[in-house]
Amino acid sequence: MAKTLTIIEARALCKSFGATRAVDMLDLSILQGEIFGLVGPDGAGKTTVLRMLATILNPTSGHATVTGFDSVKQAESIKAHLGYMSQQFSLYGDLSVLENLNFFADIFGIKNKVRKQRIDRLLDFSRMRPFGTRRAAQLSGGRQKKLALACTLIHEPKILLLDEPTTGVDPVSRREFWDILTELHIAGTTIVVSIPYMDEAERCSRVGLMYRGRLLVCDTPNRIRKMVDGELLALHPENPQRAATLLKGQPGIIEIQTYGDKLHIFVDAAVMRGPEIIAHLAQAGMNCVGPWLAQPRMEEAFISLIGKQAEMTIGG
Amino acid sequence: MENAIVATKLTKQFGHFTAVDHITFQVPRGQIFGFLGPNGSGKTTTIRILLGLMKPTAGVAEVLGMDITSHPERVRAQLGYMSQRFSLYNGLTVIENLRFFGRAYGLRGEKLRQQIDFVLQMADLVGRERRHARLLAGGWRQRLALGAAIMHTPQLVFLDEPTAGVDPVSRRMFWDLLYRLTSEGMTIFVTTHYMDEAEHCNQLAFIHNGKIIAQGTPSEIKERMMYGQVLELSPSDPARAMTLLRSAQADGRLQVDEVALYGLTVHVIGSDMPVKQAGILELLRTADVDPGAALLIPPSLEDVFIANVR
Repeated sequence: MAKTLTIIEARALCKSFGATRAVDMLDLSILQGEIFGLVGPDGAGKTTVLRMLATILNPTSGHATVTGFDSVKQAESIKAHLGYMSQQFSLYGDLSVLENLNFFADIFGIKNKVRKQRIDRLLDFSRMRPFGTRRAAQLSGGRQKKLALACTLIHEPKILLLDEPTTGVDPVSRREFWDILTELHIAGTTIVVSIPYMDEAERCSRVGLMYRGRLLVCDTPNRIRKMVDGELLALHPENPQRAATLLKGQPGIIEIQTYGDKLHIFVDAAVMRGPEIIAHLAQAGMNCVGPWLAQPRMEEAFISLIGKQAEMTIGG
Repeated sequence: MENAIVATKLTKQFGHFTAVDHITFQVPRGQIFGFLGPNGSGKTTTIRILLGLMKPTAGVAEVLGMDITSHPERVRAQLGYMSQRFSLYNGLTVIENLRFFGRAYGLRGEKLRQQIDFVLQMADLVGRERRHARLLAGGWRQRLALGAAIMHTPQLVFLDEPTAGVDPVSRRMFWDLLYRLTSEGMTIFVTTHYMDEAEHCNQLAFIHNGKIIAQGTPSEIKERMMYGQVLELSPSDPARAMTLLRSAQADGRLQVDEVALYGLTVHVIGSDMPVKQAGILELLRTADVDPGAALLIPPSLEDVFIANVR
């Protein structure tokens, strides 16, 4: 069974850059063995949180502990257990895949037989073996990310901090990257990953939504999806644009979103509004397939939660 | 004219390398057409041909009713293009950028002023006119770049990876904007390698290694290409369930394409999943893992894409 030991803990963590408060009174507990996803718009503070946990940046106030050590006073004790892959993780473009791995092994003082075994394993693990002698600069974006991950894993860290590792990576490589993360997760590694695209949030055990330096929500993907106001009906009308215009402002309709040939309609009560929607469209002479009850996507949940928060900020 | 673009057996070779390989597709007017594929699959080459910037090795591209290879200049005034890097002048302000692009398209005087006002309103940039482009956040830059690309009210706009590096809230605003433009009759051709974005398009084509491997509406593609092929389990111990299923997959006891972890659920993807379901549940129960609820769920477009390129 999964252990429920807290491995990373932040209490009232703050970081200011001049007048800007990048991270604002953040409380966060991450359990051992989790894949924890940090999501939020650009500038929400995700990178700053990761950098503080990686002991690269000191908090302005508050504190964080990683594997029980204080992130400022005992940073050295943390580093051995931690792998951090920044957005611009620096590989040496002129060095080959193997030379890059050897270079990172040097930094972490990994020698001889152990080094050979680990590099061997990482090449297989990251699906990089066929490219051992290729220069890093000549790898595709997706392979560069996989090599960066392999370099981050050279000292076998218990905790991985990954800052938007899949930005700009195509779907096939992205799927492979998540496969590798899954293997690490099964082997017991704790993974904290910041995520630019919401569909990846579905792959995390728990997700934290950051907005303006604060953590708005922190829960499993399933429970976050259920936090959306109302119920979601999906509908295929003959003419989605016209149907959206017809339905806008009808009683019980909270929001209408277009997805190509489909509408997503958030309503207060699906059992009641479903038939009303069909009737209303039929009256205007429009046929439709559906509606049926659908599960909100992660992206819809986040937009709705951020929207609520923005209203509260303006209202309060 | 029903279609804004009719491409027939379009092919482009660079030496021995075939970047675009006999692709045929139509883009209906007033719709958002999504052109999807990994990096290097031929998306940008296709756009270059359709813009008349590059001649195809073989095949025909009709754009707005004209053969683009023989008379690019006749069509080009009706085309807009927004590149991956949101080509804006960073040292110029918002309004200076719009003025620059407007003039480049030949707009002057009152017409130029009207178009600038229209774009500022549409892109929600009113109040930010004097801000330098480089100081704008991703979402604002993106809308400004779109605005600049449609200053001359083209009938057809090409957007090359328009949402890279833009946060979800801004992305939603961007798509709403695109729907508004199409409802006014504009045709939009958009490339992306993010499959969740593809759900927003009216029509899609998947391109891989220069070939089109699927086309249709998002729902058609999902239904036709892999109906009922994703089994979602919510096991008591997801990590152990994963290990069991993956080793069964590795030694051939379980014939599936993919076993992937999604949070606390496990997705098993392959053909004939309704038939294989019982065997999978049995495999887990024998190893004392409660498989939990088992559901056949609709695949994501990314599932479809990956299943078809592997």
